Amino acid sequence: MKKNPILRETSHVLIPVILLFALYVQFHGDYGPGGGFQAGVIFASGIILYVLLHGIKKTEKIISLQTTKLLAALGLLIYCAVGVAGMLLGGLFLEYNVLAADPVAGQHWGILFIELGVGITVASVILAVFYAFAKFEK
Amino acid sequence: MISALINDLYAYWISVLLMMAGLYIVIDHSNLFKKLVGLNIFQTSVFIMFIAMGKVDGGTAPIIEKGYTVFSNPLPHVLILTAIVVSIATTSVGLALVVKINKHYQSVDEQEIEKIELQE
Amino acid sequence: MTALMIINMRNILSVIMLGGIYSLISAILFVVLDAVDVAFTEAAVGAGISTVLFLSAFAITGKHHDLKRRNHFPALLAVLVMGAGLMYSTLDMPAWGDAEAPVHQHVAPRYLEDSYAEVGVPNIVTSVLASYRGFDTLGEVTVVFTALIAVLLLLGAIREDEDQS
Repeated sequence: MKKNPILRETSHVLIPVILLFALYVQFHGDYGPGGGFQAGVIFASGIILYVLLHGIKKTEKIISLQTTKLLAALGLLIYCAVGVAGMLLGGLFLEYNVLAADPVAGQHWGILFIELGVGITVASVILAVFYAFAKFEK
Repeated sequence: MISALINDLYAYWISVLLMMAGLYIVIDHSNLFKKLVGLNIFQTSVFIMFIAMGKVDGGTAPIIEKGYTVFSNPLPHVLILTAIVVSIATTSVGLALVVKINKHYQSVDEQEIEKIELQE
Repeated sequence: MTALMIINMRNILSVIMLGGIYSLISAILFVVLDAVDVAFTEAAVGAGISTVLFLSAFAITGKHHDLKRRNHFPALLAVLVMGAGLMYSTLDMPAWGDAEAPVHQHVAPRYLEDSYAEVGVPNIVTSVLASYRGFDTLGEVTVVFTALIAVLLLLGAIREDEDQS
């Protein structure tokens, strides 16, 4: 696949757009269809496209299996941290109303961070699973 | 009377038919990849069932916007959104098991694996 | 239709590709049923990622055929019995699209009426997912994380990393 110039050049154009679209879906999830799950999947598929065209070795220099494992744990930790932050500020676990002075603003912050955690976890889990399959030797 | 019944319930029947197709693949085919695809069809039939239940006639997607008052029920959407992401997770675990089985038996077919087991 | 074609296909590669097409069709169906978020996810996950994972696992095993079957009858009988039972039970269900159905009476009206004032997010699916049902989503992210651990253990990717370091 490395020798096919059309695919390679198209991917150069497409991959940044896919990653940017993933971020749009991530942060526009409050207003339109979208959110952490979809954004994570789209982000991972952008990177998987890079792997398919440039090979796994080149991609691992940018983002390695170890990094994806750490990021997967980090996303889950962000989610839990939001819950615990609500507890520390005097609310219940995962109660966002106390995160800011105004309850609605607090809800906004809570949802933003939780979606961020979900997005990071989903993207890195899918990428790590793909790496695991791609690196497996018979 | 019959036509009214069909009109009222056909969305559920579609999902029952898909579920039958998925179950048939899972039971009758011995190739493990095909079994997983069948399992995915089975799952999707349940998704369609839930989403069909959430539909309201004349409703629109549950995003609040001026000028719309009738919305579909958002609760099934949330549940199924979660279920889809879990389904990809379980599928990936299933595929990993298939790959492991292939490494051990050099086969992804249940019938061949049974033969190998009997020989040992 | 695609599901019926999948039953008859023996070449596993075409089964996998048809599985992807089937996901895409069901995504279109979800759009028709007003579930835009679900359709988005199904198109990205079912048609995109799961096909890629199937193909990469398929590339590892490299087995192309489904064997001829012995006896279809028991499976067919079981499926028909289940289908008939389910069909019979759908007769008791409320009509499709009925706004008075029990599904729409429990918590859904509250989400539809109050969520904008309480959460301030126009997309109700997002607000229910992340706010009202935050625990569900937390459990679900944990499931995804656990699946990653299971896959890495099964494929031995964890050991490999330790060998390198």
